[in-house]
Amino acid sequence: MIPGVALILLCQLAGEALAHGTGWPLPGPVLGMILLLALLLANDAWPRPVETGFVTAPAEGLLANLSLLFVPAGVGVVGKLDVLSQYGLGLAVALIASTLIGLAVTALVFAGVARLMAPAGAKGDAA
Amino acid sequence: MTLLAYVAADRLSAMLRRHPLANPVLIAVVLTAALLGATGTPYRTYFEGAQFVHFLIGPATVALAVPLYRNRQTVLRAILPMGAALLAGSLAAMLSALLIGRAFGMPEAVLASLAPKSVTAGVAMGIAEGLGGDAALAAVLVILTGAIGAVTVTPLMNGLRLKDMRARGFAAGLAAHGLGTARAFHVNPLAGTFAGIALALNALLSAILAPIVLRALL
Repeated sequence: MIPGVALILLCQLAGEALAHGTGWPLPGPVLGMILLLALLLANDAWPRPVETGFVTAPAEGLLANLSLLFVPAGVGVVGKLDVLSQYGLGLAVALIASTLIGLAVTALVFAGVARLMAPAGAKGDAA
Repeated sequence: MTLLAYVAADRLSAMLRRHPLANPVLIAVVLTAALLGATGTPYRTYFEGAQFVHFLIGPATVALAVPLYRNRQTVLRAILPMGAALLAGSLAAMLSALLIGRAFGMPEAVLASLAPKSVTAGVAMGIAEGLGGDAALAAVLVILTGAIGAVTVTPLMNGLRLKDMRARGFAAGLAAHGLGTARAFHVNPLAGTFAGIALALNALLSAILAPIVLRALL
């Protein structure tokens, strides 16, 4: 548990350092994710791979509670009630419409290209 | 104060078990905000206590590598549809939000905070600030977008009769970042994996696209 958490934090730290050091527009945690993925893949290429359960278990525990982590930022809504009420209707329309459009366009393009590319049955593994 | 916030968060998980469709974040936010209002606690004080929970968004983003790794074969097979959907969906979400915002006469600072609304909170705040928007407002719009997406994605996809869990998850992660990803993981692990990929890729693409799109519109 503790070594896995340490490895995740270490990847994040390395990602943040890389993002600040290079000035790339990429966020540190995203670079950290790429780093952790590279480590996991490199481990497989090793002749005697390390057991990865120590990092996958805490990672999955964290992801299972992903929505909880957004609560503190969400509560920030109380400090923005003035702007929200001033542009309330426009923001509501913009957010709802653009979210629905974004969801629909993404899913339809994904499914459409997948169908074009793979008639040979590489359908989603889960129905 | 932190303790009170955690009591609210605790109640959230109890509610989650009782209504699997009610969005846990919305409930927790409303409860916590009501608690703050009732006790007269300023948001700043609350956030000081709750920042550890907020901080965990970073490690959770890193942790997305694990489902990505577990499903690497599935992911590699879908690399082309992902690229096409990423570009189309990211542009569609950002453009539609900005056009509607402009039609309602919003000032540039509000538009700049609106542009990265589909991106995961930490990144969106950075993008909004870079564009001359308000980071805190961007965070709020991001959370609202995520909540809208998480609540609507399942009925919308059923309405479109899309059964490919990869497409559904990818859309959830792209349009509704971490909240959509969390929702996708609740529905199906494969959908959650694709949502996580979409979240990461869209954070990257939006950081590049947002300044270009905003400049083109103004």
